Amino acid sequence: MANHYYNSEDLKKFGQVGQFQKEMADKFFAWYGTVFQDSNLSAKEKSIIALAVAHAVQCPYCIEAYTADAYEKGYSEAQMMEAVHVASAIKGGAALVHGVQMMNKAKEIAM
Amino acid sequence: MKSLQATQNRLAQAQEQIAILEHSAFEHFDPIPFQYKLEESSLYPLRPKEINIFQINIGKMCNQVCKHCHVDAGPDRKEIMDQTTMQQCLDILSAHPQFSIVDLTGGAPEMNPNFRWFVEEIAKLNRHIIVRCNLTILRANKKYYDLPEFYKKHRIEVVSSLPFYNKDRTDRQRGDGVFDDSIAAIKMLNAVGYGHEESSLKLNLVYNPAGAFLPASQTELEREFKQALWNDYQLVFNQLFCITNLPISRYLDWLIQSGNYERYMDKLINAYNPAAAANVMCRNTISVSWDGYLYDCDFNQMLELTLACPSKHISQFNIQQIQNRDIIVGQHCYGCTAGAGSSCGGEVV
Ligand code: SF4
Ligand code: SF4
Repeated sequence: MANHYYNSEDLKKFGQVGQFQKEMADKFFAWYGTVFQDSNLSAKEKSIIALAVAHAVQCPYCIEAYTADAYEKGYSEAQMMEAVHVASAIKGGAALVHGVQMMNKAKEIAM
Repeated sequence: MKSLQATQNRLAQAQEQIAILEHSAFEHFDPIPFQYKLEESSLYPLRPKEINIFQINIGKMCNQVCKHCHVDAGPDRKEIMDQTTMQQCLDILSAHPQFSIVDLTGGAPEMNPNFRWFVEEIAKLNRHIIVRCNLTILRANKKYYDLPEFYKKHRIEVVSSLPFYNKDRTDRQRGDGVFDDSIAAIKMLNAVGYGHEESSLKLNLVYNPAGAFLPASQTELEREFKQALWNDYQLVFNQLFCITNLPISRYLDWLIQSGNYERYMDKLINAYNPAAAANVMCRNTISVSWDGYLYDCDFNQMLELTLACPSKHISQFNIQQIQNRDIIVGQHCYGCTAGAGSSCGGEVV
């Protein structure tokens, strides 16, 4: 038994999730494949979105996969880091904008 | 940075590299032999098609010591082709008009003292000549400053590496200051007419990944290179060739030292493309080493895998034997068949 919650080697086993529920896994991987094809957004644009989202959801597997993918799509390090800043700005902004919620509630209950 | 040979690294020996590639020294790593993949694609044994490219590596001497170099080239390497071997190449070329393209590589081919003479002699035979110029050589010494004019005079196609359109990534792979010198060299080539859209003087750039990843799509990256080099430096070039790094020599050493070897091999194997395998460059190329030995390609040359036929040296050149031989393949060949494939002219599909 591996003694880490996250093991880089496990990324290779992603396809095996179908062992416990094949039908849903097959549908997921087919859908995943379609999502990342060139379409109204290019595969390249989708790759940098995926890299940003990987950071927002803080998934080490996705960060590993989409860092390599971003390089393979020709992005520079500066572009990759800007994508992470976009994710961070949205995450930070999302937390901060809830400050309005807090203010509303505070005003409701305060004298 | 020094060559593997200068540092007495065991990977300076071709047999050591082959031992790692073919009989993995790594536990839990047992990659599928390249031969099986070719068999599945009905391509084994791999046979030549019409051979029309005569690639000559005129020496391992280079003014640079790039981290990924598959030649293990550098200023310390003294192995360069002599005039007698060059003359043997010329004799073979003149007897075999089927070699319509002569591709000169190195090291830095320009550092061979007989380089200009050799080019002039090949030009008399009326062949398309390619010189793989590392760009910085044009700035390395006054004696090279007139090379762009020399290339122009002989209508040479110049093919030059530029790993990225920014300084940081280029210098990390090729050494400090290489990006700035490369930009200055492209400027010199542009000034004599190279690289302009309407010009017949072709300047093609080569992109190869600065790390353990595969190259980007050639068309897309070419557009970005063109835009960046024009916007930032008002430079032009014709085509961008995207090349995959093959896991041999200094790049193999780097892969192992950085812990990327298995991951990279897996990546290459998973990206195996039968269409790319059908078009690998060894099917239409013959590669000659500085000392006149014959190989399927520049990579097999560095692994010292001479042709699998009695024509092993330029002095034994027999086109029938060469045409009828089997090409020697190994695990390093996965580098030529990943994704859109890779050759000295970039993607192959
Ligand atoms: S310029 Fe080319 S030959 Fe010279 S060290 Fe770099 S990769 Fe090797
Ligand atoms: S490494 Fe050489 S022999 Fe192997 S596929 Fe590539 S070109 Fe052919």
